[in-house]
Amino acid sequence: MKSLISINDFNKEEMLQVLDLASAYEANPNQPLFRDKVIACIFFEPSTRTRLSFETAANRLGARVIGFSSLSSTSVTKGESLKDTLKMVSNYADMIVIRHSLDGAARFASEIAGCPVINAGDGANQHPTQTLLDMYSIRKTQGTLDNLSITMVGDLKYGRTVHSLLQAMSHFNPRFTFISCPELGIPQEYKDFLDERGIRYEEKQVLEGGFEQADILYMTRVQQERFQDPMEYERVKDLLSLNASMLNGTKPNLRILHPLPRVKEIAIDVDERPEAYYFDQARNGVYTRMGIITYLMNQ
Amino acid sequence: MENEETMEEKKKLKVSAIRNGTVIDRIPANELFHVIEILGLTNGDFQMTFGTNLESKVLGKKAIIKISDKFFEEDDVNRIALVAPDAKLNIIRDYAVVEKRQVSIPSEIHGLARCLNPRCVTNHEPVETRFTTRMSPNGLYLRCHYCEKETSGKNLQIISKNKS
Repeated sequence: MKSLISINDFNKEEMLQVLDLASAYEANPNQPLFRDKVIACIFFEPSTRTRLSFETAANRLGARVIGFSSLSSTSVTKGESLKDTLKMVSNYADMIVIRHSLDGAARFASEIAGCPVINAGDGANQHPTQTLLDMYSIRKTQGTLDNLSITMVGDLKYGRTVHSLLQAMSHFNPRFTFISCPELGIPQEYKDFLDERGIRYEEKQVLEGGFEQADILYMTRVQQERFQDPMEYERVKDLLSLNASMLNGTKPNLRILHPLPRVKEIAIDVDERPEAYYFDQARNGVYTRMGIITYLMNQ
Repeated sequence: MENEETMEEKKKLKVSAIRNGTVIDRIPANELFHVIEILGLTNGDFQMTFGTNLESKVLGKKAIIKISDKFFEEDDVNRIALVAPDAKLNIIRDYAVVEKRQVSIPSEIHGLARCLNPRCVTNHEPVETRFTTRMSPNGLYLRCHYCEKETSGKNLQIISKNKS
């Protein structure tokens, strides 16, 4: 029995296997392989994209879906512990998809449940299915995962998708450029991680074009609540915003990814550019999650 | 180093010897009570003496603990390496040092330290903390098994256990 809690739970071969399954599902999306299975989607905090994408993936695979999408309809409001809720749910379901506001809640869940658990986001920690769908989008648009130049922009300190993608892509000899303000810069532990593996990276503080060599531009949202001073947020937000004019002179294969929701870090004028891929990226989530469910069900 | 050793030996003679048991030397003076806590020495009926703020060339100020009729498992004693990485153990039998041991930082630590991430599940649900350790040029880091955040060994918070 295997769970997917952190992107580090999958080795390179397992990641590629999931991506291959996702490609097959994109070609033929309706594959009712798991008609006899029940998948519990338990979302202790709100989510639109991830929950709907998981439920669509489960339905396309023929599984039945149970669960909840807010705390108010659960016994947690009566004081039930996370442990008891999970014990109960794992009696009903063949697989659990969990989102929770606490960091580490998904790992805890996988140790309690008697069935595979998929982490659909645990606080600020991990969101491994987003990482696999990012990888799927990268491979689909670039034809490969190897030797790519990846520029990451925005909240690189707290952005869980940034950290997980960096770890996952480390298997494929990437070259990173990190663009962020000092308050939201990439944490030292991730620089140590890259140094240990001999992966090249550079850091910049202002987004002002200069992506001539980039294959992937990975944008993230700068959240206002990270700043004590609202004026500082306003200043930083503008320094880390992308507009269409910055894309002149870039490589034709450059694609812009964003885990969404987007606020103002990508100007509307970028949406019509051929490099804009963030809405297609969201669609890839269903195929990738079908691949993940299949891979774990078959372990 | 050799001079330090010689001096240490002389110092030991000034303190009353134990017949059987363990002497833990080279504890940073400010970590003495953490070491006592980690080893669960706050409970138990064995005789224990300790000295602190003793001069040490290596540590500046050091502490020393002597525990009669108490011997430790390697895994248990290695836990003190988190706060006293230079600690040395002398195993005493019939007034003679029969074994010397150096502590080493364990690769995994269970239930000893608190995760400093306030949003970590271990600070909200009844679950034992687990960390893996990593040495970097900046010192020791503990990575939480649950929230995956790293805590510097310098900021370590020991969970009170009172194990006998």
